[in-house]
Amino acid sequence: MDAIFLTGQLFNGFSVASLYVLAALGLALSFGLMRVINMAHGEILMLGGYLAYMAMSLFPGPLGLFVAMIFAFLGAGIFGGFLEISLVSKLTARPLDTLLATWGVSLIMQQAARDLFGATGVSVTAPAWLDGGLTLAGLQLPTLRLFILVSAIGVLLGMAAILRYTRIGLLVRAVNQDRPTAAAMGVNVRLVDCFVFALGAAVAGLGGVVLALLGPVTPSVGQSYIVTAFLVVILGGLGSIVGTTIAALIIGLITALSQIFVDVSFAQVLTLLFVIVFLQFRPQGVIAVKSRALDAE
Amino acid sequence: MSAPMLELRNVVVDFDGFKAINDLSLTIESGSMTVVIGPNGAGKSTMCDSIIGRVRPTTGTVLFRGQEIQAKPEHDIVGLGICRKFQTPGVLVALSVIDNLTIAATKDRRWWTKFGRKGEAAARERAEDILEMVGLGPRRDELAGNLSHGEKQWLEIGMVVATDAELLLLDEPTAGMGAAESTQTAEIVKALVGKHAVLVIDHDIDFVAQLGGHVVVLHQGQLLREGTLAEIRADEEVAAIYLGRA
Amino acid sequence: MPTTFPAKALAGGIFLALAVAAPWLLTPYDLNLLGRFLALSLTAMGLVLLWGEGGILSLGQGVFFGIGGYAIAMHLKLADLGPDELPDFMVWTGVEKLPWWWELLHSPILAIIAVLVVAPLVAGLIGWAMFRRRIGGVYFALITQALALAFATLLISQQDMTGGFNGLTDYHTLFGFNLNLPSTAVGLYFATLILAVCSLFGLRWLIASRFGKLLRASRDGSNRMRFLGYDPAPYKIIAFTVGALLASVSGALFTLHAGVISPALVGVVPSIEMVIWAAIGGRHSVAGALAGALFVNFAKDKISTAFPELWLYFLGLMFIVAVTVLPKGIAGLFGADHPFRALRKGDMFARWRKDKALQRYSATETAPPQMEAGA
Repeated sequence: MDAIFLTGQLFNGFSVASLYVLAALGLALSFGLMRVINMAHGEILMLGGYLAYMAMSLFPGPLGLFVAMIFAFLGAGIFGGFLEISLVSKLTARPLDTLLATWGVSLIMQQAARDLFGATGVSVTAPAWLDGGLTLAGLQLPTLRLFILVSAIGVLLGMAAILRYTRIGLLVRAVNQDRPTAAAMGVNVRLVDCFVFALGAAVAGLGGVVLALLGPVTPSVGQSYIVTAFLVVILGGLGSIVGTTIAALIIGLITALSQIFVDVSFAQVLTLLFVIVFLQFRPQGVIAVKSRALDAE
Repeated sequence: MSAPMLELRNVVVDFDGFKAINDLSLTIESGSMTVVIGPNGAGKSTMCDSIIGRVRPTTGTVLFRGQEIQAKPEHDIVGLGICRKFQTPGVLVALSVIDNLTIAATKDRRWWTKFGRKGEAAARERAEDILEMVGLGPRRDELAGNLSHGEKQWLEIGMVVATDAELLLLDEPTAGMGAAESTQTAEIVKALVGKHAVLVIDHDIDFVAQLGGHVVVLHQGQLLREGTLAEIRADEEVAAIYLGRA
Repeated sequence: MPTTFPAKALAGGIFLALAVAAPWLLTPYDLNLLGRFLALSLTAMGLVLLWGEGGILSLGQGVFFGIGGYAIAMHLKLADLGPDELPDFMVWTGVEKLPWWWELLHSPILAIIAVLVVAPLVAGLIGWAMFRRRIGGVYFALITQALALAFATLLISQQDMTGGFNGLTDYHTLFGFNLNLPSTAVGLYFATLILAVCSLFGLRWLIASRFGKLLRASRDGSNRMRFLGYDPAPYKIIAFTVGALLASVSGALFTLHAGVISPALVGVVPSIEMVIWAAIGGRHSVAGALAGALFVNFAKDKISTAFPELWLYFLGLMFIVAVTVLPKGIAGLFGADHPFRALRKGDMFARWRKDKALQRYSATETAPPQMEAGA
């Protein structure tokens, strides 16, 4: 095994990780804030993919991709907000029930996609400027993968900026730290929940665009990424952007590097084993949120 | 003099740089009554937490009957004979009042004994007695989750007593109670002393006076004074802290 | 265990009588369906203990279901073969020697032991690793889901050992009986019925026992439980292990009725469907879960035959309705099983004692609490 191959796999790991970041970030944020996991998150990725397909059919030019990204971001965000208001907010403090109800939503969305777009899926043509690649010290880096990496970094920075510098970001941080106190001080907790959920869905919509660039968008495309995205959330710790990013990198690299030695299915088993073993030592995940008011029974 | 029942030696509890307990040493003798007072944030509850294993001391040791317990799992510490009532009532909400008390009163807590009935009758009998003692007789078969806040307080006191632990830690047993109920609680607590060592945390100075035990004042995670209530009342520094805070 | 209301005992008796008479009332096809779904109900009933009483949501029951199913299917494959013959799919994939773990399952006794032991062992290990570190709730649900995904992917990828995507099918002899004979089908049905009834009563006993009470205690207040001197972990581990045992037996029985076990029956989607059986029936009621498994699966059979594209909408709606409108499931509609069972077995005289305590209390209402109790 030569160095070029190894660095190639490393690069692959980073690019897989950036997909997981896009898929898991929204999950992690709303998990940290509301302690709920949205099982339909994978189908929001799928929704983003189909929105990208529609947008790029309407605007075929070289900049169609950016139209698609805006389209998917807004569409998925609006859908996420709707889902939060109509279902998730009705099930507060029942995280396991939320899990099941959103799974129901995911089944309905998959079947709806099958009925609307057909079971075989649709393909988007990536714009020409994403073809080709960069050759760096004998290593071929496809432009498409670089674009995905840059998108993920952009989303991370954007998210951090929203949380750090905007008023709504301040409110999100307040509710994250101490929900009852924030509520008592007049923060509209419901609005904050809804905003974060919608923002997370919007980011997943962007993830869907990326998926569409990599392969055909099928009704079950979300399912193939989402279980790993869940593991990223668990590994990352409660709702931390940094934790989620590190966890996505860890899992992306494990997946890419273990595939040097074993096939894809064993790589999956190894990833799961790693998470279980990791939790033996750090049950709180990579970044632990410390709080004195832990567990109110 | 034999070794004290409980001894805290230079215990420090550090929450990310904030020392909730700062080099605290304290001893409690068998069958004694200790009342811990101090302003908010003095570290009273954290001290209880560090005895019962809810938080781990950053440094220092906690000895119970000469045995180091600061690293043991919570249920093992309880198994040695320490039980605690929490500030916010913690009862088993999905079980009836009598089941709550019976589970507390059961001596054999190993899981594999739970498929049979051995020891259940004795525990149940003791639970029935304690049920009457805390005045929850009419609520016997109610789910604990359906009790009012005050009733939960009583139930939890009953559960702690039912364990028959040698050392009882009562964290604000009168929180949310009226004057009459506080008096009743004081009666119960006083009756426990002798058979058990009791450590009470409370704010209510009238209640502390009714208990009349050895008083310990905590301030900023450290032991400020100890003595009788009269001595503490006369102490200027204690007064300054309370007034300064008020 | 007899319930407090004779109406319920009567209804139970009628259902049991109908179930016993089923071989003479139903067509062989419908009897086979009923047998299959009764087999599935074991998994659902296990979830009542695990999820309803223990508060532990496993989205990986398909793994245990699959272990049981594959163990018996491997035995059946081997039972059809002559000496030195290999199962058909191994011949196709060019395997030349039977792996040792296949070899073991030649023996019917070892096959049964495998069904009864492997899944609980796996569950025990996972449960020990998770609950010892106090990992539960959403984390546990997602990790068990990942387990189901890994299991199904592994089965598909190891085609030469597992039959891959098609799974294991096409077998004819069980312990010397010809599976194609109607009499074997009826015998199998009764075996399933007996196991379902035993599971029903066994679980109800377990839930009413002190173990069940402490399991419920660990669900809502594991910290309070710890501070009463109990370690909650063993209760959760045992509940998970028992759930796995039932799922494994369920999978083995299902494989016998259906004549096939494949990754499509054990992966992420079927695993979470198992939860809906218990949810629709009532997560706190063992009998409800049995009814739920039968109801959902008959509905699935009818709807997906008549309107295949509608089934997923229906299933999706069931998930949403089961948690929003009907959190206690069908059983909740009848008030069949009180969710927490304060007045249960061992408490037969509860009301009488309650009245007595009330009388005593009203006689001494004004007296302060007495301490003679402590002695």
